[in-house]
Amino acid sequence: MPSNVIMPQMGESIFEGTITKWLKKVGDPVKRDEPLFEISTDKVDSEIPAPASGFLSEIRVNEGETAQINTIVGVISEATAPLSRESAKAETAPTTRLQAPQPLRQAAIEPARSGLQAPSTVPRTVRSSPLVKRIAREEDVDLAQLQGTGLGGRITKKDILSHLSGRLNTGAPSGLHTEAAERSATAVEVVPMSAMRKSIAEHMMASRRTSAHVTTVFEVDLTRIVNIKTQHAQEYLRQEGHKLSYMPFFIKTVAGALKEFPVVNASVSGTDIVYRKEINIGVAVALDWGLIVPVVKHADEKSFLGIAKTASSLAERARQKKLVPEDVQGGTFTITNPGVFGSLFGTPIINQPQVAILCIGAITKRPIVINDAIAIRSMAYLTLTFDHRLIDGAVADPFMSSLKNKLEQWDEPLF
Amino acid sequence: MKTEEAVFPALSSESRLGQVEECLVWDLGWQDYASSLELQRKLVGRRKRHEIGDCLLFVEYPHVITLGRGGKAEHLLAGAAELECKSVGFYDADRGGDITYHGPGQMISYPILDLKGLRRDIGWYLRGLEQSIIDTLVDFGLQSRRVAGATGVWVGDDKIAAIGVRTSQWVTSHGIALNVSTDLAYFDLIVPCGLQSRGVTSLARLLGSRTPPLQEVKSRFTLQFGRVFGRSTRETFSEP
Repeated sequence: MPSNVIMPQMGESIFEGTITKWLKKVGDPVKRDEPLFEISTDKVDSEIPAPASGFLSEIRVNEGETAQINTIVGVISEATAPLSRESAKAETAPTTRLQAPQPLRQAAIEPARSGLQAPSTVPRTVRSSPLVKRIAREEDVDLAQLQGTGLGGRITKKDILSHLSGRLNTGAPSGLHTEAAERSATAVEVVPMSAMRKSIAEHMMASRRTSAHVTTVFEVDLTRIVNIKTQHAQEYLRQEGHKLSYMPFFIKTVAGALKEFPVVNASVSGTDIVYRKEINIGVAVALDWGLIVPVVKHADEKSFLGIAKTASSLAERARQKKLVPEDVQGGTFTITNPGVFGSLFGTPIINQPQVAILCIGAITKRPIVINDAIAIRSMAYLTLTFDHRLIDGAVADPFMSSLKNKLEQWDEPLF
Repeated sequence: MKTEEAVFPALSSESRLGQVEECLVWDLGWQDYASSLELQRKLVGRRKRHEIGDCLLFVEYPHVITLGRGGKAEHLLAGAAELECKSVGFYDADRGGDITYHGPGQMISYPILDLKGLRRDIGWYLRGLEQSIIDTLVDFGLQSRRVAGATGVWVGDDKIAAIGVRTSQWVTSHGIALNVSTDLAYFDLIVPCGLQSRGVTSLARLLGSRTPPLQEVKSRFTLQFGRVFGRSTRETFSEP
């Protein structure tokens, strides 16, 4: 597997770097951790080591060029690519970049043109007009694979248009889609996405493209909280009229930890860090038809009971489709709880424009070693997925440690 | 000109184990530029292999102009003849930053730190170096500041300390030059750090007869540097 060489992030507030020097040429063997290139950011030059051993098969960002962090600046392959030796000097980024997807593209056209002509291995001169050539270029058609009906085998406009319409009829110009289309009649059922599904899909992909997701996992002893909850469950239900859940315990402690680590409650705007003064915690609620994230506003200013009531009422209204837009807006941090479905731990996607999301795994009794004795404790894995553009492990992990402490040493009155 | 408000974040929440690590301080005295480059390269290599801990070097140079990787040769205003005649050396340096001048009366300090043990963030490191200088200057009754987007330490609109750094696998070299009693006329040979519109200044220009001796500036700086980066400092008189 080839390894991508990326522009590293040299600090929280550093978003790009300029390559000042490639210490290896395309085709050179490289060893993992040996200096591969040098970058320059404001007042600092840095030598960047190779992420893997192999051969430098591609340089995508040349000396003197500036690239955003996480941009692929080069590729290290396991073996020498034959083409890289021939063209070690002439090889430039654009040509290699174009070469890679070529086989894919041809394979994609294959089913469409197969009815037209048997593939010929002998290259032949293609005769066609500039218009036809332009269409071919725009529509990504290999003219050599077409049979011309014009004078002397010339490919006419009609030829290429009928080829294109044939391609459209067989389905989308992708091998996978064509395959799906062929089977569609019998083996599958096609249902359009609901508006909510579409919106979730868009949000998730947009978040993946936006943030540098990193996940850290902590194990937390919730025995104390489980006991408190069990003790007060009956009394709480009687007094408040709804069931006591674990969620308000997490919201309350997360609010406290966010106060200590304001950057986890922040968001990114271009190259600015936006610190949010309000702590508004969104709680993902699973619905039969999707997922919605109502927000507990000013969680840091509310008592445990205030949080519990708000969260319970939001979840209830979410299930009854009675949320108003304000209920789901203004979140600064999100908690998701797949533990209720039995998940041990998850690596969730950040709810943009936030920079972190906490995931609560199932609370289960596990044998735990305490002072060299084995005890049965109620344990859960908590994971934090954070945006590494803004948050380093040196912040995320202390944040999680603080949260863990607050949960394990819960000392808040419930009423 | 916008003053950077951001205060350098204290290390207390970062240092996880709570134990204070040691940083050896080695004052090399007069050096020629080429051999100091060589020595830094060697120490960086040894630091990477964990043969030595963090260290802080002090050097003094005869008149020399160095051009960083980000530097433009046109920022050197003097011709080769003029440099020769004033016996000013000229070197390409493998550090970040533009062109600068070093010479007698300057406190030049090169920390060889493994940022992996502190924070993998060169922006943070630069702000830390600035903070060490700002705190040092406060000890001598001078108010200095950062300027957003222009790394270095400034008094008013004049630069008093220049910064240029290199890292290799998060081990730092090069560092800072603070003008104590520097002959500022030599800066006329260059556009310092490529900044056309700004001037340079020194402790001597600002404090006159109250200017502390270079040795005192070094020891105050050592103290502040140790405080900012959470290191206890101990002097050494030979290569660690």
